[in-house]
Amino acid sequence: MSIPLLYTIRSVRARWASNLIAVLGIAGVVAVFVAMMAMARGFQRTLVESGSPMNAIVTRGGATTEMESVVTLEQEKIIADAAGVARSADGRPLVSGEVVVVTAFHHKRTNSDALAQVRGVSEDALRVHDGVHIVRGRFLRPGLAELVAGKNASDMYTGFQLGDTPRFGGRTWTVVGIMDSGGSAFDSEVWADAVVLNQTYKRPADIFSSVTVRLTSPAAFSAFKSALSADPRLTVQADRERDYYAKQSGAVSTMIRVLGFLVAFIMGIGAVFGAFNTMYSAVSARSREIATLRALGFRPGSVVLAFLAESMVISLAGGLLGCLAALPFNGLTTDALNWQTFSQLAFAFRVTPGLLAWGLAFALFMGFWGGLLPSIRAARLPIATALREL
Amino acid sequence: MVRVDGKGNTGALVQVRSLDKTYQRGSQEVHVLRGLNLDVERGEFVAFMGPSGSGKTTLLNLLGGLDLPSRGSITVDGDEITHLSGPKLAAWRARHVGFVFQMYNLLPVLTAFQNVELPLLLTRLGKADRRRHVEIALDLVGLSDRLDHYPRQLSGGQEQRVSIARAVVADPTFLLCDEPTGDLDRKSAGEVMALLERLSAEFGKTILMVTHDPRAAERAGTVLHLEKGELVEGQGGS
Repeated sequence: MSIPLLYTIRSVRARWASNLIAVLGIAGVVAVFVAMMAMARGFQRTLVESGSPMNAIVTRGGATTEMESVVTLEQEKIIADAAGVARSADGRPLVSGEVVVVTAFHHKRTNSDALAQVRGVSEDALRVHDGVHIVRGRFLRPGLAELVAGKNASDMYTGFQLGDTPRFGGRTWTVVGIMDSGGSAFDSEVWADAVVLNQTYKRPADIFSSVTVRLTSPAAFSAFKSALSADPRLTVQADRERDYYAKQSGAVSTMIRVLGFLVAFIMGIGAVFGAFNTMYSAVSARSREIATLRALGFRPGSVVLAFLAESMVISLAGGLLGCLAALPFNGLTTDALNWQTFSQLAFAFRVTPGLLAWGLAFALFMGFWGGLLPSIRAARLPIATALREL
Repeated sequence: MVRVDGKGNTGALVQVRSLDKTYQRGSQEVHVLRGLNLDVERGEFVAFMGPSGSGKTTLLNLLGGLDLPSRGSITVDGDEITHLSGPKLAAWRARHVGFVFQMYNLLPVLTAFQNVELPLLLTRLGKADRRRHVEIALDLVGLSDRLDHYPRQLSGGQEQRVSIARAVVADPTFLLCDEPTGDLDRKSAGEVMALLERLSAEFGKTILMVTHDPRAAERAGTVLHLEKGELVEGQGGS
């Protein structure tokens, strides 16, 4: 039988002051790790949730973002008639030809200019993007210089509250509505009428960046996609909207993740040494106790296990504390430049149960490596001499 | 009967033959024990005396399987222990040896009950049986009202009695006591010795004890002296 866990837990408690250093070290690493991962997760989820499973986005063949894509009005008509496209009650295809312009607005938090995405949409935009709701004011009217601001854009930039009249692209606009898309990327955008936006930026009126269509069902996507590729008049590609946005989140969320792992790894090495130090001092302070247990007949393996367990208990306490410290980050909104769209994206940290579990696993991992050598040392103490140590 | 001439009968509980223990101190070899022989019959109470550095504790460590000899053999109850390795030796100690140390060596984070229970965790006994054994052992040493006390809440004499309860609880083949009264005042030392004497006389326990204290030694049936690594018989107290 092994050395009772009670001994381990009570020993941790009895030496709480010196264990606290190791606990705090591990807690710090876990908190940073979980927070960074929550940031990456939040960034990714914000973009992925922008896509609806019912929607497909059509861009020029080979384009990786709407920014570098061109779809003509003529192509839009053909796309609207393709198989799998849903129609409204009055028989109109649910299609939104959209134009994307990136322009600089005054960013309140940094008190400098930041790039924002202005999306020109069709009057059916809300029916296609069914996750977007007007929470204040109304939707824009076609042909007018009216804007609907995403709730995060409205908070992020100066002059985008309801009723404000911001000036950009050489004309003055009126904010007539605030929209909420439930935390997706649209919340960071400002929407205008596609035709007016094209005119303002002196673009041809019959050109879109992309066309988003509502499908009759998620399963209708393959029929829709094959219809487009079979048509010789089209040189476009169709993606599920979700996949498109997931790809958009790739670069930045991967960067945050890599950075998170790197920071956690470097801090983790420090924490492992902290645990190592704590456990070594625990072993040397308790060598007489260890020798007594060995003299009573507990095997060397039991001693290794008892001290590893002790290190794990300490690291678990650190992990729990770190997770607790990371929890307040959940839901905290911040914004960062999305390199793929060259525009600012507001997103919320997402501390998920899965991430917390990873944080705890990371803590135990550190505890294991910090405790291993001291535990082996404990098991190898010469019993006869250690028994008489004071 | 205790013999130190290596000619004891083959049925003796403890048989030590030509035992050598040498330590390397720098470039120097220190011979702590030289060709030591010892036979102890079951139920005997033997005290080892001798000046500091005479090898008393070394001998006790070797008898208890805490250290290995340089040469020679130790056989206890028919098992030769000098060839056993770490985990096997640990299992042997758990089964056959009850230790009583000068500094009691109780685990400070465990109660008297839990300290005494430790050796039983290495047996097949279930929880209820363990509880019964611990209660009997603590009752035997007169501490049945101190089950839930921590070592820091006990006096030195009480701590040593708990450690004696721990030593006897699993009913080992013999008890090895290393200066059991060395850290106690005269009154507590008297109580501890009376307890050991009772374990020997009443329960037939085999006890091997190292001591500096002539008062303690005179309670033993046989007193052996270690001089320059060899055992000398029957000179009474020192």
